[in-house]
Amino acid sequence: MKLPSLKEIGNEAKLLLIGIPVLIWTLVPIYHMFLFAISPKEDAFSGKLWPAHPTLNNFKIVFYQEHYFLRDFWIQFFNSVVIALSAGALTLMIATAAAFSISRLRVPGGRWVMNLALFTYFIPAAFLAVPMYRTMGNYGLLNNHWSLILAMVTIASPYAIWVLKQASDKLPVELDEAATMDGATTLQLFRLVYVPLMMPSLVAIGTYAILLAWNEYLYAFLLLSRDTEITLPVALGNFLAADDSPWELLMTTGFIYALPPAAIYYAFRRYMVGGLTAGAVKS
Amino acid sequence: MAITLSGDHAIPSPPLSARLTTPQVWGIVMIAPYLLVFLAFVVYPVGYGLWLARHPASYVALYHDPIFARAAVNTLIFLLVGINLKMAIALFLSGFFAQQRSWIKWLSVLFILPWAVPSIPTILSVRFMLNPEWGVINQLIFKFTAEDGPNWLNDPSVALAMAIGVHIWKSLPFWTLILMTGRLAISHDLYEAAEVDGASWSQKFRYITWPSMQTLYITCTLLSMIWTLGDFNSVYLLTGGGPADLTHVLATLGIRYLRLDQLSLAMASIVCALPFVLPLVYFMMKRLSR
Repeated sequence: MKLPSLKEIGNEAKLLLIGIPVLIWTLVPIYHMFLFAISPKEDAFSGKLWPAHPTLNNFKIVFYQEHYFLRDFWIQFFNSVVIALSAGALTLMIATAAAFSISRLRVPGGRWVMNLALFTYFIPAAFLAVPMYRTMGNYGLLNNHWSLILAMVTIASPYAIWVLKQASDKLPVELDEAATMDGATTLQLFRLVYVPLMMPSLVAIGTYAILLAWNEYLYAFLLLSRDTEITLPVALGNFLAADDSPWELLMTTGFIYALPPAAIYYAFRRYMVGGLTAGAVKS
Repeated sequence: MAITLSGDHAIPSPPLSARLTTPQVWGIVMIAPYLLVFLAFVVYPVGYGLWLARHPASYVALYHDPIFARAAVNTLIFLLVGINLKMAIALFLSGFFAQQRSWIKWLSVLFILPWAVPSIPTILSVRFMLNPEWGVINQLIFKFTAEDGPNWLNDPSVALAMAIGVHIWKSLPFWTLILMTGRLAISHDLYEAAEVDGASWSQKFRYITWPSMQTLYITCTLLSMIWTLGDFNSVYLLTGGGPADLTHVLATLGIRYLRLDQLSLAMASIVCALPFVLPLVYFMMKRLSR
């Protein structure tokens, strides 16, 4: 009786020896950011684990736009929201239609389109950024939210189509046949059978596209430049341009900016883990 | 939107639809929006970019630019060290997180945070931690040793190492999660049988875990290679390519040339990376389009 329990304690200790460093490694940059956000300016650099006078004043300054760097905070926040939601909705519409077409309607050349989409997915987005920037210039879309929305749709839809196609390949063909026998048109089939059945994957993909667009820095900073048009991450990057940038406000803004995606991620974790990670890499 | 618009012309065109069934016509209509996006925002930019990069002179200029050579070497180091370290740790941690303990479940929920939060604020947070004067790390070093800490980001090799660290911090949770699903798919009976036969920990790994994870591990490594090549944020937001443009990687170099208004150089530097990227892309496509 005694020996296995000793061994168990040893095992547990070994696991803790891994777990604690992992926890510290994971949380340090985030906690550091949080610490700055709740510290008054003079406390922020003390190197203490908890500020002597924790305060929410930084949040107040950000929300009331009481600093030169933050004078357009709400507009930028709103820009981020609009761009993320538009990119999500547009990706969802385009990708669902394409996946339905390839997987259910077996459109001629569908396999080919799928491969093209996959090819785009594997081209690193940073490599496409330079030509994309010039292209948007040629289309006259620079400094227009549509440029970023369309760029995000371009980047998000290949993976979206692929995941949705994988998921819809699993739906039985008999379903379509039965609906068609009952006189359903193709559009009815799409609207009344396909979309409801695909809901979990659609939620996952919509979330994926929204997070992708919300988190995007490189394209946003290339394609948008006016202070009232940029998104939050670009505004955060602009803080760095000045030598005397107020770190505690930058970290507070960063914290506010990081909250929605983290919340969305945890709210939809069930869908994300099931819908995305399983599809991300097929062995 | 696109569906109703194109629906009108789908009906009154008998010559085309004579050979196609109605669902197939709908199929074409429904795939058209993506094809439009693809043509306008992938085919055209890529073609235009290649056209901009057509002059041999750009490649000569790149060849003579020491920053390009440095960036190529940096990219290689970033890939070799970053990916192997990351995947090895992920493989190790996937075993840790596959343990059935409630506190490990909770830890795994927190562990995913770096992946779930956007990279800009966290990278800037690390950047501040490393600040030589005010950063918390050097403050602590001063507190305990009464000596000034190093100027972290001012030394190119340390700065690059830090960028690799940030990259690993950000993407480790994702790969750990993927490898963990691979691990959980291995039948538990195998381990029990091995246990009965008195197999050691390393033997179990060598004869059970690794053989069944091998393919997944290699696929992940290759995919991670492509994505790491495109990791702009880790380097750009931490070091900005500095000091003295010595920590650029290919992903940030293109943007640097763009900002210097050397568009053909920007494109040429990307074209130079294609011989390495395209085989990887081809391989991944073969894997995933099965």
